[in-house]
Amino acid sequence: MANDDIWILGINMTKFGKHPDKDVVDLASEAALAALADGGVTIKDMGILAAGNLMGAAAGIGQQLQKQIGQTGIPVFNVANACATGATALRTVIMAIKAGECDMGLAVGVEKLSGAGMLGAGFGAASSDEWTPAGRYGAVSGFEGKLGTDMMPGVFAQVGMEYLHKHPYDGADFELFAGISAKNHFNSTMNPLAAIQKDMSVEQIMAEPMIAYPNTRAMCSANSDGAAAAVVVSGAKLRTLSKEQQKRAVKVSASILTSDPYQEACQILPDVNTLTRSAAKQAYELAGIGPEDLDLVELHDCFATAELVHYDNLMLCTEGNAVDFFLSGATTRDGKTPVNVSGGLESKGHPIAATGIANIWEICYHLRGEAGPRQIEGAKVGLAHVIGLGSACGVHILEKSGL
Amino acid sequence: MPYDAHGESRREGSNVSKQIPMVDYLVLGDSPHLVANECTDCGAKFFDRRNACASCGGTSFKKTDIATEGEIRSFTIVTAFMPGADNYVPVVVDLGGTSVRGQLINTPAEAANIALGQKVRLTTYSIGADTAGTEAINYGFEPVN
Repeated sequence: MANDDIWILGINMTKFGKHPDKDVVDLASEAALAALADGGVTIKDMGILAAGNLMGAAAGIGQQLQKQIGQTGIPVFNVANACATGATALRTVIMAIKAGECDMGLAVGVEKLSGAGMLGAGFGAASSDEWTPAGRYGAVSGFEGKLGTDMMPGVFAQVGMEYLHKHPYDGADFELFAGISAKNHFNSTMNPLAAIQKDMSVEQIMAEPMIAYPNTRAMCSANSDGAAAAVVVSGAKLRTLSKEQQKRAVKVSASILTSDPYQEACQILPDVNTLTRSAAKQAYELAGIGPEDLDLVELHDCFATAELVHYDNLMLCTEGNAVDFFLSGATTRDGKTPVNVSGGLESKGHPIAATGIANIWEICYHLRGEAGPRQIEGAKVGLAHVIGLGSACGVHILEKSGL
Repeated sequence: MPYDAHGESRREGSNVSKQIPMVDYLVLGDSPHLVANECTDCGAKFFDRRNACASCGGTSFKKTDIATEGEIRSFTIVTAFMPGADNYVPVVVDLGGTSVRGQLINTPAEAANIALGQKVRLTTYSIGADTAGTEAINYGFEPVN
């Protein structure tokens, strides 16, 4: 292990779902303490803490967490980057270690979302009795239901449908997307930490309440509570630790964060494609690994319609062939490139700021050979992808320790 | 606010004489159309108030009229869960190379009735009048037969 390599030393995710008796600090503490224990280190070993809690972004979750698990005086970075908040916390710690500021750090993401309903709604209305233009569009009324939708299920429905416009598919679009969801719901039955563990057929998924065509409720990410945390260490420091710690450590071969570059239409419908492809390209190049080398992928299936486009964006298939790729069975557990063996956000749940670390936990779990009944046998390389609208994209490529 | 989502203005008694567009970038009159802020350096088009160009950083813009006919690039059908509200059909429409957001109207909100690539044209409708009698006019897209 080279001195300037970056490794995940310890990592943990809480169960996702409803935690009525725990607040965000309880959940963050649970994940952070477990990640430290997993890495065989303590809060006193940490040189930096980066933490995110999107819904409480102004409250400073990092310092709140320190008040419970250790006020050691280290720099704290409270980060907020939409659904990529967790990945941004991790990226922040990695950058600090790469910069030589410290040799070990902790990244934490936590959210309490159960019962939150649909996110992104902008039901603005005129605030006076007379039509008064306001805002950047000089609008006299809120856009929702008048000029489209800003609610996430509808935005991502359009993202998926746009792909089918660009790359026409002769079959039934509704069934296609429901099929992706069925794969993920099946996978969740093997994940006790998932918020929803229920095998659902394509027919059952299509019969669920329609939220925004073609996304039914079962095809939307489950709002849930949860936290995830990771301890990051430099290669130089890892060499001084025990053989057991070195053996369980997972190498971060690439850590990339992008924002959305300008594209025609990107301010009309968010473009989640260009920044994901760019992040993936940079990650593959940096890691010296190609999509064909991946043993498993956790990608941001905030909605079933999103998973399809990211097969293409992450270059798991040839350009324009995401539908055929999915229909070939390539992304099932037993397929060429298993995708979302955790059950994905549609069943595992999506506590926003936790998601970008929890997907890395899933990859580490398999690379360490600790995933029990849902282990992808012989997994050596994995990729974790997350996207936050606005937009921010995190891609991490992880490799099993050679020891 | 005396309006509903269906364009049926509920004005009571008063004569509606004035109109106001739902958004700045909708131009009313005999031939309603959308107008964009076009970057004079790179040609990128925007519908909001600009500080600079997101594509090239330029700070000089001119007004450009946008075509009123085009095709559906993407759509969804949002289920309205509020009692009495109707489902609606957000669309991204390509109007002669410029993408805009809006809703498909004057046609049933059913998937079987909507096709990617379908030709549509811009149309306008009232979203109601305010207490001063001013009617707000929104745009939408309807199928071209």
